[in-house]
Amino acid sequence: MEHSRRDFLKAGLVTIAGLSVPLGAFKFLTPEAAAGIAKNIAVRWVFVVDATKCIGCGMCVKACQTENELPYSENLARTWVERYTVKKDGHVLVDSPKQARDGFIRNNPLGLDIPKADIAKGFFVPKLCNQCDQPPCVEVCPVGATYKTPDGVVLVDRKWCIGCAICISNCPYGARFLHPTLMVVEKCNFCYHRITKNLKTACVEACAFGARMIGNIKDFDDPVAKIIREERVAILKGDYNTKPQVFYIGLDQTVK
Amino acid sequence: MGKEIRLGKIVMYVVIISIVGVAGLIGARMLIAPSFSAVEGDYRYQWHRVANEQEWKDIKVKHQGNSYCKGCHSDQDARVAASEHAKVQCENCHGAAYSHPEDPKKLSVDKGRGLCLRCHAYLPYRPDTYTELPVQENRPQPISKLKMINPDTHNPDMGCVTCHDPHKTGFK
Repeated sequence: MEHSRRDFLKAGLVTIAGLSVPLGAFKFLTPEAAAGIAKNIAVRWVFVVDATKCIGCGMCVKACQTENELPYSENLARTWVERYTVKKDGHVLVDSPKQARDGFIRNNPLGLDIPKADIAKGFFVPKLCNQCDQPPCVEVCPVGATYKTPDGVVLVDRKWCIGCAICISNCPYGARFLHPTLMVVEKCNFCYHRITKNLKTACVEACAFGARMIGNIKDFDDPVAKIIREERVAILKGDYNTKPQVFYIGLDQTVK
Repeated sequence: MGKEIRLGKIVMYVVIISIVGVAGLIGARMLIAPSFSAVEGDYRYQWHRVANEQEWKDIKVKHQGNSYCKGCHSDQDARVAASEHAKVQCENCHGAAYSHPEDPKKLSVDKGRGLCLRCHAYLPYRPDTYTELPVQENRPQPISKLKMINPDTHNPDMGCVTCHDPHKTGFK
């Protein structure tokens, strides 16, 4: 059979035109996604930490390590508890031994033996990634490996992250760290695999003292949204203008 | 001497093959490349590989919560719920359930003092008012005192569980 040059060129052009249609054009909406658009369900996660209730047991850190597959031996977890010991002479001692993975059992801030008579006040402050609305970590990623989801959680794409750690140094809260084995950036993501299944985060569930709460700010009846709306709450490092979504009750002026 | 081949013909074939080759590569990349997008439009914070969202959602849940344990261990759950440890999670002390009882078959507890001292070791700045107890018939107020001891003087050589039952609180 004879094929002319014209036939060859026609066939070539048709192939090129066909290949230029991206596969995305053939994607259909899943029923859940279509329902979501129809009902206009909006979720925006917020967190409340009641620092007056935290007793420093570290169960949240223990649960976080297990839930997020961080080895116990590594002294690393996506959340941590800081102990502030304010002495009567004005010195403030801040420590977080092994990120409070084993709790605080001794009155030994920074390994020092501070007699009770010298202590003006002391308290515990649980901290985690603030899932900022203007995250400085996301802005500096050179490869686009970290991002803010539409429901307000900042995630790290483990397959795309190159481990340059610029975001780790840019986070004012120190929430990010390098994963010890995967060598990509790791941080709290509000247990995204749990909250998207209507469960609470591991740390919220583990806290028997009610110091941690997670909720949806777009739901008017959510108890956490109510706290943020009606009670006195504070954020950490407001001067960095990161618009953090973790709100604190009972934050002291010495807390950095 | 072979047949004469004109230079123009060679050039034309090279150009056509390279155009088809580049188009083929672009097409193949469009088919197998990960899709990136910025959903809400603020590309500074949103630009990401879309498939990653589902990858994070697919991670296995390890802690199952008290309601999961209650299914089989209802007697123990009832004892704890009536005690002052009502809001302490089973998995706090027994570890994450994963897919117990298939795997792991048993959940162990570290019966050492360290586990209990996390909450019950006396620290001068540890808040001693506990407000989370569920209100019940025999407990109209959700408030109680967190009992703390000095770990160096309170039976330092014995495990706490020798005298105390964590599921019941108080003495055995």
